[in-house]
Amino acid sequence: MVIASILSQLLEDIQGMILSLASFMVTFFPQLAEGFLVTVQIFVLTLLFSMPLGMIIAFGRMSKIRLIRTLSKVYISVMRGTPLMLQILVVYFGPYYAFGIKMGSGYRFPAVIIAFVINYAAYFAEIYRSGIESMPVGQYEAAQILGYSKSQTFFKIILPQVFKRVLPPVTNETITLVKDTSMAFTISVAEMFTIAKQIGAAQTSIMPLMAAGVFYYIFNLIVAFVMESLEKKFSYYR
Amino acid sequence: MGSKLLEINHMKKGFDGKGVLEDISLSVEEGEVVSIIGPSGSGKSTLLRCATMLEQMDGGELIYQGQKAAWEKTDKKGNTKCVYATKEQMRQIKKSFGLVFQNFNLFPHYTVMKNIIDAPVSVDKVPRKEAEERAWKLLRQLGLEDKAEAYPFQLSGGQQQRVSIARALALQPKILFFDEPTSALDPELTVEVLKVIKELAKEHMTMIIVTHEMQFAREVSDRIIFMEQGLIQEQGTPEQIFSSSNARVRDFIGKMNA
Repeated sequence: MVIASILSQLLEDIQGMILSLASFMVTFFPQLAEGFLVTVQIFVLTLLFSMPLGMIIAFGRMSKIRLIRTLSKVYISVMRGTPLMLQILVVYFGPYYAFGIKMGSGYRFPAVIIAFVINYAAYFAEIYRSGIESMPVGQYEAAQILGYSKSQTFFKIILPQVFKRVLPPVTNETITLVKDTSMAFTISVAEMFTIAKQIGAAQTSIMPLMAAGVFYYIFNLIVAFVMESLEKKFSYYR
Repeated sequence: MGSKLLEINHMKKGFDGKGVLEDISLSVEEGEVVSIIGPSGSGKSTLLRCATMLEQMDGGELIYQGQKAAWEKTDKKGNTKCVYATKEQMRQIKKSFGLVFQNFNLFPHYTVMKNIIDAPVSVDKVPRKEAEERAWKLLRQLGLEDKAEAYPFQLSGGQQQRVSIARALALQPKILFFDEPTSALDPELTVEVLKVIKELAKEHMTMIIVTHEMQFAREVSDRIIFMEQGLIQEQGTPEQIFSSSNARVRDFIGKMNA
């Protein structure tokens, strides 16, 4: 009797929560959607710049010149070894503390992009490096015997195979990036998490953040779907 | 027998101060089939890798068709080392030979056809159509006509090795090197690859073959070289080698045939 009443109460509560979450999502959809656009911008711009930059750093990491190799190694170590949140703050306040230059609030968004790009490039660099180093030496030797130049060998033989090999770890990193964009709230960039937090504070409710969670989850479902299709596209050879 | 295609004089090679090739001299004439036999660690593969310039030699001379690829130079301090021809010369020299690897090293992301025509097209600038015609001819010759659009992972080891032979032949080399071409294959697949090499021998393709297949070496070779401890211990016609008075050679061949 008692258990049954508790259960039905619980069911009602859950129903209420879902209803209020749904009604909230309808009411505040425009605001959240606006923030979501900023989130997507951070996501796209970060990928766009950090992926190629990571390739350059990976080359540095594998360079024959010791100084370049060491510099790349230190860079990767610092970027992976300190919090992204701190890196955002350093990029944002750095110009002031280092040179006394006061950047306006218009610098907030670029600062977030710079911080994300230099951070993610370090992770991508290590993914690329492991992919390149996992290539059997026989592929290079066959190319050399057949007369391919060094750049032909890299672009025609090595890189396409590396691309396939690094897809799973790149997927991981990309999914992490979707969630990491929420760290832009550190310097009050109006992306989705920042907005959800503001609304939540005004209404003393956790629902706005839950709604944001739903957005992040759907975003990542799409990311996972796209990456899976890419992996399938490359499964024509082994 | 025609002109000298390959000449190796006093080739030396060591790894970390340990000598692998002590002093190898060898010349191969056009149309000749030379097999290199010997126990593991005798330096056979290193010889092939130095001859194909996958490894740099420490001393000696390497000459293809009269053109020097590598030679010795002594610096002011009296240290001798090998210097190689310029990049431009090297491109010419490298065209004279091909190499078939023990584990094929096909490009997995290319179809059989693309594996065969890509180097002719993008390295030698052969028109695509001509390269394809050449490839079809090779595929027919090697019994792989129906595999042109397959990817390497869809083929048996024997088929893969035949594709890699076709890939090497597509560049029309003067000499073809084989580095233990059947060591990664089971006996049945070994037979089909050896058959292809025998046919090439009939067409007077110049070949240098590192192998552990004694009967095959006996049938296909004009000359057999027995190597041990980085030196050519004995060489001669198959009859001479298989009836050698050298106890070590007799012992080795006996064990391999057992």
